[in-house]
Parts: sequence; structure tokens; C-alpha cells
Amino acid sequence: MATISKPTVQHRPTSSEVTLRVNGVSHRLTVDHRTTVLDALREHLDHTGPKKGCDHGQCGACTVLVGGRRTNSCLLLAVAADGEEITTVEGLSDGEQPHPVQRAFLDHDGFQCGYCTPGQVCSAIGMLAEAADGHPSHVTPLPGTGSGAPPPGSPVPLTPAEIRERMSGNLCRCGAYPNIVAAIEEVAP
Amino acid sequence: MRPPETGAPLRRLEGQLKVTGSARYAVEYALPETAYAWPVPATVARGEVRAVHAADALAMPGALAVLSHENAPRLGPADDPILSVLQDPHVPHRGWYVALAVAETLEVARAMAAALQIDYAADAHDTVLTSGHPKLYEPEQANGGHPARRESGDFDGAYAASAVRVDATYTMEAEHNHPMEPHASTAHWVDGGLTVYDSNQGSTKVKQALAPLFGLRPEQVTVVAEHVGGGFGSKGTPRPQAVLAAMAARHVGRPVRLALPRAQLAGVVGHRAPTIQRLRIGADRQGRIDALAHEILTHTSTVKEFVEQAATPSRTMYTSPNSRTTHHVAALDVPSPSWMRAPGEAPGMYALESAMDELAVALDIDPIELRVRNDPAVEPDTGKPFSSRHLVECLREGARLFGWADRDPRPRSRREGRQLIGTGVASATYPVLVSPSTAEACTEPGGGYRVRINATDIGTGARTVLAQVAADALGVPVDHVLIDIGCSDLPAAPLAGGSSGTASWGWAVHRACRRLRALVEEAGGDEVPSTTLRAFADTAGEADAASDYARHAFGAHFAEVAVDADTGETRVRRLLGVFAAGHILNSRTGRSQFIGGMVMGLGMALLEGSTMDPVFGDFAERDLASYHVPSCADVPAVEAHWIDEDDRHLNPMGSKGIGEIGIVGTAAAIGNALHHATGVRLRELPMTPDRVLAHLG
Ligand code: FES
Ligand code: FES
Repeated sequence: MATISKPTVQHRPTSSEVTLRVNGVSHRLTVDHRTTVLDALREHLDHTGPKKGCDHGQCGACTVLVGGRRTNSCLLLAVAADGEEITTVEGLSDGEQPHPVQRAFLDHDGFQCGYCTPGQVCSAIGMLAEAADGHPSHVTPLPGTGSGAPPPGSPVPLTPAEIRERMSGNLCRCGAYPNIVAAIEEVAP
Repeated sequence: MRPPETGAPLRRLEGQLKVTGSARYAVEYALPETAYAWPVPATVARGEVRAVHAADALAMPGALAVLSHENAPRLGPADDPILSVLQDPHVPHRGWYVALAVAETLEVARAMAAALQIDYAADAHDTVLTSGHPKLYEPEQANGGHPARRESGDFDGAYAASAVRVDATYTMEAEHNHPMEPHASTAHWVDGGLTVYDSNQGSTKVKQALAPLFGLRPEQVTVVAEHVGGGFGSKGTPRPQAVLAAMAARHVGRPVRLALPRAQLAGVVGHRAPTIQRLRIGADRQGRIDALAHEILTHTSTVKEFVEQAATPSRTMYTSPNSRTTHHVAALDVPSPSWMRAPGEAPGMYALESAMDELAVALDIDPIELRVRNDPAVEPDTGKPFSSRHLVECLREGARLFGWADRDPRPRSRREGRQLIGTGVASATYPVLVSPSTAEACTEPGGGYRVRINATDIGTGARTVLAQVAADALGVPVDHVLIDIGCSDLPAAPLAGGSSGTASWGWAVHRACRRLRALVEEAGGDEVPSTTLRAFADTAGEADAASDYARHAFGAHFAEVAVDADTGETRVRRLLGVFAAGHILNSRTGRSQFIGGMVMGLGMALLEGSTMDPVFGDFAERDLASYHVPSCADVPAVEAHWIDEDDRHLNPMGSKGIGEIGIVGTAAAIGNALHHATGVRLRELPMTPDRVLAHLG
């Protein structure tokens, strides 16, 4: 019978100080080098808006904006995000006024259990910016192919197919996709 | 007069909390000194733990404890053997928990779990269901208390004498529920009492399970499930995380957070068991069914018997004077199967509705017309009249909305470049289930009303719909009603499952509110009464009384698919469902429920399948990268419509359940559309490109 030997465990200094700017507030933290931004937010800062669905970059529930770009926070180590500007779902509303994307999710019932929702909302905001900046997706018609291909670098029109494609990193087991797409269509330019 | 609140598209009461990230789920309650636990699954498929070497793990800075059968607190008797965790060295299947690491931080707990060395004595295992498996036996009952076998008339004789016969076997791999929130608990002991924040579909049940395990009186246990990130059946029964978290918290004397890692769920939270279903239908040339047999083979674990009741819909759906419906099961060395959205109906109707399509093709009759011709006057199995049955209306209305009349019935008759286009139809059904519940309603000091009931909102909109029910029973606008749910200290209530939540809770809420309204009127009808008035209701004996009627919801599913002739990839272009499920109490959240069910049905048809690896005795697809749930790009335009029924034989609200019927006919409709597109009849799920391509030639 084969035996599988486990590597022996060694103990070295395993934590560092980092500064995370979360929703405009600076936090100086001592974090384990293995701590992800997601766990730093949830376990150190009690920002439980970002959710953990898989911890493996497979579901998008942990999506936050890092420097304005959508990021799976479960795949980003906190020590690698030192000094970064992080926006979570909790930081989107303007006082009592929800962000237009949050408003649209409410109006279109773009969720059921709500567990994927913080990630969907942050992802949608990041995605709207990407399309506005002219980032193509898998379904964007290639330039020079006629039929509605946007010139390179110009905003990509967000058809339902574009929205579906661009939002596919955010799983929703409740199956709220048709309502999520309707919500995003409403706020898309 | 004010229009009723029920039926209106009221927005979710907790919607704002959910879109702003302020809704708290099970491991999101900040308690001082919280420790973290990480469970360790068995890595053999059958055998025994010989030794747990924990020295390396315990030497890590921040390590608090390693629990295993050697040292874990002894538990009291469990109704459900899956809750007897870390009590003995026996390993009944791969993934069964054998240890638990507890630490100051999540990172350390996880590293400890990885550093544990566990010695096993492994036995030979048997994990793969086959049609001739020697361990197959006929159980007494299938899930839900249904008899395993029902026979009427002379199936064999009638089938042999039928002019047209279909004999087809359909297979389905196991499926996993995978709610987006993994099963999770925070446990906290104070003064000998236990509080658990737990992700479940019914915390009264969890409390009742935990109390005897820890030697407590029920009133010493509080289980909170304020917001729950989906369940789909997998959180319907108490799950090991609540027991492990409570054990660990008692052992280390601190609150403990435990969220099950995604890749461990397949082993411990139930799954939809694989099924092998043989359908035989005999009919005359006009399509009247004379003989129907639906025979199920499935697996269960050696831990407990759970038999997917997949033949039961054939006892309800169609005229079948000579019928046989049976279940056989083999207890294998696999994780224990359990409820997954529409247990029984989802797999059973996939097979029955595929076979009906095969019969329609064999007869050259329109598949809708075939179903209409076999619409029974009374429930075939019981002879009871239906409380309401609008299947034919659903089919006709769906046909109109979908544009069915323009369909060329010949297979492979529509092509757009590489795409073969087809459309399909299937029926759906789901039984009306309801359980007794309690509820309390009282006046609020400053005016308005408060309703208290331990209902659970797993995403269905329960909180919202119960406020609507209460408002109508009280005769006030819904914003005069406050509603408290999601805590086992509230009046006891059954779980969110079997599409029974709204009916069960709503019934008790309605009764309590009607009583309170009478009290308020007796007291002079004051808007702001000087003393608090309080009314309680318990629907035991009423909600669970036997009915003289067969009570079921029905529906019709329509699908259009495009199959790539070169790759075999099937994409759904349109899904449309029409449902007859009593009175729909909230048109906004109700629509979302139907659509959500149809999306899961799309996954069942095309994406979701879990392969049992015979060598390792394990599910091969355990995470969301390998087990494919539908993503946004997979889901096209999905439309849900309904026929509002006025059925007086249900409950005071006139509702049937809607949480499950949306999934029921979807897979068959897609499979039938795939046949129409390609001429290929695939009799296995999921219909992945490799399987389709093998037949495209
Ligand atoms: S939790 Fe980060 S992608 Fe799933
Ligand atoms: S709302 Fe439940 S997973 Fe998306």
C-alpha cells in the first residue's frame, strides 16, 4: 500500500502590516500572509457585504472594486493589496440613496436569497465602466466585420447578449439572471 | 374598498438590506473572541479511522484544538444519523467528517486541517449504481412516505395488447444543490445555553435536533436564520455544520465560526441521487393510454435510506387504467442522498414527459394533443377528484404565447447555418404539501401590528408574502404590519421545503391575524389600542387534515433550442412556462420563483451532472469549476406566466406551492426540443456536447 507523506510544517514569521483603504477609510491591519482581501474584509473589518461562495474564484460572490476594477477578492492576498483603494457593496450608496445599480436590482427583483447580490452589484458597476472604456468581450463583433462592430476603443453598446456574457463570472443559483440582465439594461447607457 | 395586498407585486421587505450588503448571514455575526473551525473529510470510501496524528497541527501558533472520534464531546441520540459526527471511527463514505481543526484564525484552522495525518484501515467499496446491481431491493416507502410500489389493473396484459408501445430507459447522474451560501454556522454557548446562527431552511427543526444531541432542553437552544443564501433542499434537514460548530464552541469555550468549504459539500449536504428509469407506455392509435409502467432504480447510502420518489408523478399525470409504479434502491458506500428541488417530480417528470414525446412521435400526434387526450377526470392512483387541475389550459395558453401552431413537427426541419433549431413541450406537476404551524399576532404600542413566526426566507420572499397575508387578514395596508421571522425563539413553524412554506406559515398567520382583528373589534376597533392585544394560532389538526381531493399544481414548459451540428453544443434560445398553482400571492417574487426553477431545470438538462468515480468512490465534480450550474450567458429570455386559480380546497389564501414546479418540466421540454432539432433522442442527462455529438454523425 502506498503511503502519502505530508510535507513537514515549518514555522516562520507569517504576518505583515498592510493598509487597506476601504470605502474611503484607511485601515492599518496586521494580516497573516495567507489572508485574502475577502477574509480581511469579512473577518478583520466586519465588512460582511462581500460574500464567500467558493473561495476559489469560481463564483464571483466576493467581487469588490479594487482601484475601480472588479476583482474576485478571494483570489487577492491582502499583502498584495497594500495601499489599494477598495470599494465594497457597503460603500456604493450615497447616504440613504442606493447606487443606481442597487436601485435597479430592487426594481427588477434581481435577486432572491441575496447571497450573490453584493458581487453582482459590484461586478455590474465594474462591467459598465469596462464597456464604456471600450473593452471588448467574447460576443463583441470584431472591428471591420460590419454589423454593429464598435470602433476600437469606443464604448461597447450593452446588448442583452453583451450583459450576459460580461456578467457570467457571477453565479446566481437562485437563477435571477433574467432579472439581473433587465436591471443592468436599465442603467446601461 | 382597498385592493387586497396578496397578489400585488410588493418589493421584498429585506431587499434594501440585501443590495447594500447589510443583511447578515450565518457566519457574519461579530462576536468577541470568535474562533474558526475547518472540517476534515475522510479520504477513503469505506473503512475505519485508525489514528489521528494531530501533533503538527497543534504545534501551529494559533492552534486551539483538534477534535475527532477520539476526543470529541459525546453526543446524545440523533434522529438523523448524519448528525452523529466524530462519535466513532467508522467511515461510511468518502467525505464523511473524521476530524475538525479549531484555531484563532481561519488561515490557521485550514492549515491545521491540511497538516493532520490520519491513518485509515480501508475496506473495499461499492459506489456505482448499475441497472443489475445485486444490492437493489424494494423498500417499503420512497421519500415523502409514498409507497414504493403501486399497481392497478393488469399492466403486463394491457401493455402486450396495446397497438402502440414505447419502452425507454432514461438515466440521470447525481446532482448537487450548491446554494451560493455554503452551509455555515456560528455557535455560541452562554450560561449553559446554546445559540447557533445557522444557514438552514427551518430553524425550529434545527433547534429540535440540537437539543437532545447536547443534552439540553429545547428552550436552552436558540437557532437564528435571519437571512439564508439559498438551500434548494440541502438545508431542509439539519446538517453537520451546526453540530460541529456547537461541539467546537463548547470544547474551546469561545464562539466558533464554521463555513463548509465548497468542495466538501457534495459529501455532507445531500444530493439528488442518480436514477435509472424505465418507462413503458401502451396506447391505442388515437393515443389513449391503456398501460403505463414507471420503474425507478436509484441509490442510497449505508447511513440511511433515502429513496428518490421519481415514479410518483406517473400516479397523477395521465389516464392509465393499467399501471405499475415501483422503486428499487441499492445502499452503496456513497454520501447520503437527500432533497433537491422537486425531489421525485424533477427526475420522474423528465422521464415521463420524454416518454410522452416519444409516444407522440410514434403516433404522429401533436404532443400537446396527446396530453390533452389523456387528461384524467380523477387522479388515476387514488380515484380522488382534483381540487383544481388546469394542465390543459396551461398547455393551450403556453402554445398560444410560444407560437406552437407554426411548428413544423418533422425533426431536423429547421436549420440556420450550423445551428439545428427545434422546439419542445412538457408538462409539470408538483403536489400541494402543507404542515401545521403556529404564529402570533399582536398590536404594537404606537399603532400597527406585529406578526411573529419562525418562518425562513431562503430567497423565496417569505417575509414579504407573509406580511401581505397578515395585512389582508387584519384588513390593513401592508405597511401597518411588522414581521419577525428567522429565529427559533419565535412561534414554532415548519421548514421552507416541499413548496409548503407559504401555505403552512400563511395559514397560521392568517388565523392569528383574524383572531387579533376580532379582539381589536371587540375592544372598540381602536387603531392604537391602550393595551397590547395578542392572538395565537396553531393549525395542527386543520392544516394536516386529510383532504377528499387530490391537490397538485400543474404547468406546461416550452423550450426552443439551437444545436450546433459540428460541436454538439445545445443552447437554449427561449424558455416559457405557464403554471396553474392556485392564487399567486406576490406576482413579483412569484415570477422570480418560477423563473429560478426554470433556470435550474436548464442546468439539469444541459450542464449539471456529477460522476461517481468507481476507483476513488467519490463524486468527481465537487466544485463550481467542474460542476456547472447555469451562468448568466447560459440563460436566455425566460418567461413565466400563470393562470390564477380559485381553489377553495387548499388553505385560506388559496395558494399552492411555487418553489419547485418551475424546475419540473424544463429538462424534458429541452430534451424534446433537442429531438425536434436533431432527430436524436438522448435518454441521459445532462445533454452535454460530447453526448449529443456522438449521435449527430
Ligand atoms: S468566493 Fe471568490 S469567486 Fe467565489
Ligand atoms: S440571489 Fe441567491 S444566489 Fe443569486
